[in-house]
Amino acid sequence: MGIDAGMWKLAGSSSSSSTCRRFHASSLGGSSGEVKALVVDDSRINQMLHHKLLDNLGVENLVVCNGKEAVDIHVSGKQFDLILMDIDMPVMNGIEATRKLRDMGIRSVITGISSHTLDHVKQEFIAAGIDEYHEKPLTSAKLLSILNKIKHKD
Amino acid sequence: MDALQLRKQLSNYTAQLFDEGFLDEQFTQLQQLQDENNPNFVVEVVTLFFQDSERLLDELAKSLVQPEVDFKKVDAHVHQLKGSSSSIGAHRVQRSCISFRNCCNDRNVEGCLKSLQEVRHEYSLIKDKLETLFSLEQQLLGAPSE
Repeated sequence: MGIDAGMWKLAGSSSSSSTCRRFHASSLGGSSGEVKALVVDDSRINQMLHHKLLDNLGVENLVVCNGKEAVDIHVSGKQFDLILMDIDMPVMNGIEATRKLRDMGIRSVITGISSHTLDHVKQEFIAAGIDEYHEKPLTSAKLLSILNKIKHKD
Repeated sequence: MDALQLRKQLSNYTAQLFDEGFLDEQFTQLQQLQDENNPNFVVEVVTLFFQDSERLLDELAKSLVQPEVDFKKVDAHVHQLKGSSSSIGAHRVQRSCISFRNCCNDRNVEGCLKSLQEVRHEYSLIKDKLETLFSLEQQLLGAPSE
């Protein structure tokens, strides 16, 4: 259990496109142990938070810094049950990434996580194909409800 | 000061930060995420917040003295700062960002400059208080037990 230190690093800054390390937490084999998640966020703080939240629930997870990396990781063949998708990111934002993933036929649960309160932004995110939307910050309770929905969906 | 006294001091100080609105429930969430695998989790996340905030505050200061202020850029920076302050539970910083964004929407340079001062002030306060909190925690770790 715990983080594979060799694969972990944080993006240099929210606005840079510097290479993003990936968190890779081994599954704890608990009730959420079979779920695999992808965190898509350019904020180092949110990367750490969401990774830790998932890790504590025994969810194997990777972190990428922007929508393009999220698309690329799927092109490489990786699959996830859950994608936590931020909106505002450099290179490719969450709305465009969601649209591309759905066009690729990706059926993962995509949860939009953002601090945007504007309705038209949320509507655009929903229209792109997210399954649900949560306002930041994500809490353990919110994440558990998302994971429970995935389990019941299976 | 022994561990019991320090523990009481830490508890009172933490409660005060919540009572005075400096911190909110999200900070408690951060503390609950900390465990033996990541014993410095809160300090690490808050340190990132300090680094991000200082960078954003510098960017904002530069942006607001340009002859033609790019309000979209200013708003984007404030949005980021609001997001990160919300993520760690820095409630008063988050709140000051909300009024800053209103000034951006109104394209009000004077208002933005005033808001930047306010955000800097709130950031400086929370930085000082969190550093005090972490210092108390360190003292507690090293204190002799009762």
